[in-house]
Amino acid sequence: MSAAISQVQTVDWHSPAIEARRKSRYAAEARLKAYGLIAIVFALGFLAILIGSLIYSGHKAFVQTVASVEIDLSAAGVDKAKIADANWKGIVKQALLDLGDAKSLPKREQKKYLDIFTDSAAYLVRDAVIADPSRLEGKSTFVIPLSDPFDQLAKGEVSRQTPEAQRRVSDKDIAAFDALVAKGVIAKPFNWGLLFNADSRFPELAGLAGAISGSFWSIVVCFAISFPVGIAAAIYLEEFAPKNRWTDLIEININNLAAVPSVVFGLLGLAVFLGWFGLPRSAPLVGGLVLALMTLPTLIIVTRVSLKAVPGSIREAALGIGASKHEAIFHHILPLAMPTVMTGTIISLARALGETAPLLLIGMNAFMTSAAHGIFDASTALPTQIYIWSDSPERGFVARTSAAILVLLAFLVLMNGIAIFLRQRFERRW
Amino acid sequence: MNMMAETTTEPKQGQTMSDPAIKMMGKNVTVHYGTKQALFDVNLPIRQNTVTALIGPSGCGKSTFLRCLNRMNDTIDNCRVGGEITLDGQDIYDPSIDVVELRARVGMVFQKPNPFPKSIYENVAYGPRIHGLARNKAELDQIVETSLMKAGLWNEVKDRLNEAGTGLSGGQQQRLCIARAVAVSPEVILMDEPCSALDPIATAKVEELIHELRLNFTIVIVTHSMQQAARVSQRTAMFHLGNLVEENDTDKIFTNPDESRTQDYIMGRFG
Repeated sequence: MSAAISQVQTVDWHSPAIEARRKSRYAAEARLKAYGLIAIVFALGFLAILIGSLIYSGHKAFVQTVASVEIDLSAAGVDKAKIADANWKGIVKQALLDLGDAKSLPKREQKKYLDIFTDSAAYLVRDAVIADPSRLEGKSTFVIPLSDPFDQLAKGEVSRQTPEAQRRVSDKDIAAFDALVAKGVIAKPFNWGLLFNADSRFPELAGLAGAISGSFWSIVVCFAISFPVGIAAAIYLEEFAPKNRWTDLIEININNLAAVPSVVFGLLGLAVFLGWFGLPRSAPLVGGLVLALMTLPTLIIVTRVSLKAVPGSIREAALGIGASKHEAIFHHILPLAMPTVMTGTIISLARALGETAPLLLIGMNAFMTSAAHGIFDASTALPTQIYIWSDSPERGFVARTSAAILVLLAFLVLMNGIAIFLRQRFERRW
Repeated sequence: MNMMAETTTEPKQGQTMSDPAIKMMGKNVTVHYGTKQALFDVNLPIRQNTVTALIGPSGCGKSTFLRCLNRMNDTIDNCRVGGEITLDGQDIYDPSIDVVELRARVGMVFQKPNPFPKSIYENVAYGPRIHGLARNKAELDQIVETSLMKAGLWNEVKDRLNEAGTGLSGGQQQRLCIARAVAVSPEVILMDEPCSALDPIATAKVEELIHELRLNFTIVIVTHSMQQAARVSQRTAMFHLGNLVEENDTDKIFTNPDESRTQDYIMGRFG
């Protein structure tokens, strides 16, 4: 026995068997590295395809074909006291007819010509004048979006080679449009309306203002509820709760809740918030409440983990000089956990921002032509707006759906960027 | 050199001080972690203005006993303490005792330096601030300064009080923790292997400091180093397997212990 222990084994590190073994170990390492690389290339490739296809189909919605028309309002005889009551339809119609020298055409052809411009041209001019009454004094230029078929034509989505019977714009329409182009009144500026207009039945006027404001208020409500409740729950469970069967049960349930499909939270919101509490339908308040329920479990888990990650020595240091538990938590542990908590909060809010199903169930897919001004106004949200637009038949909504997705993605990237910034800026190391 | 002279005279002073008053007393202290018993009927007096060293091999219960003295064991879920521990004759496990007040009176310095990740000033000022020991900024500044002086750190940090406490060297961090404990004017300071994470030079500084602190505070120190126990303490208690083997003057323990187990441990025959 003792002889066996004292015997020193000599190893030939260059024997073929050992060399082959070493070689295969290196090969395994190289394979692992290759798999990882392939996985990353794969993921990045799909991401590129996603973003690329969205940009390809959506980039045209970021510009809008418009016509500039000069109207001399001093001659129109508008009553300054009752701007809204003036005959805007007549004024704008005349101006547009003048623009294309179409006054001499018969009534029917005039009508066809006017179809080049958006239906709401008269209202756009009226609203512009109400916003700036000084425009009544003389000539001023108004920008009128073209209607969707001509917007598509201008963007090359409608091919002139297609037989006339198979496209929405006739050869005559095209000729009238080309005449306008030749006059130099047609332009394709950046489509600010996409961000600042509310929804509309007309693609050329439809924008995301309603959806962005609805999403904003929903996220505000979601944050206001889930952040304090989540942190309080996590602190109690982590720092105060005794470890027994009940707290185990609570913990398991919180983990389960984090995995519940979001549509279930929507059903709950429908039954409880709309059904029992009678809260207003389609309101960001309800949307925010539902999203808060959905966010809470994740937030509690993240907060608990980050509280746990604060070294026990800090807790002992605080308690050791006579800090109460509450002081130890609020003066030392929570501030140290906060960067992680903030990161987790922002990432779960970003997830809530992209959540569609629960909002559909509580009616946040309503058709709203004005932006929400508070948490009680009926409104849509970005993901539900995308859902609505993707369902719309007009050609212009195809590009707008992709554009809206890009806007949503931009918000998500922004929020995740903030999260990363906070983590890097405030993370402490021990 | 001056310091050396002082250290050599210390033990003699300790002897001439005939039996200092008992500050804390453990009577039949037992501790269970769940079903496992960690301490068996420990009876140990802690004398005023004396450094009491707790020695013994790993897992012998010396740290457990130390943590009973300011009820830090309360933070461990399944830990039960039996028997009686008194501070100035009052049972500290009595329900009427406020644990926050107790921990202010019985401060603690931990094994690993654990300054708050805040400025040096804030580290020291935190205790006085939560206990309301200073009425204004000037008083607080004064407490911070004297505490850092008592911890022998003032000259090294007086120009950078607003820098992070975690940016100091290990030894400085530990002295900062001592300053933080001293700042709330405790009566007893518990030290749980305060030098185990420090290099010999930093250790020497902390030991020097313990000598000075003894004049104002009662100190209980857990240590793995026999030499350290011999250098800094006047009384030594030897623990083994959850029992108190013996407790006596440090000189006696290290020269002529009553128990053979103590002798064996000090001589390095086990542990």
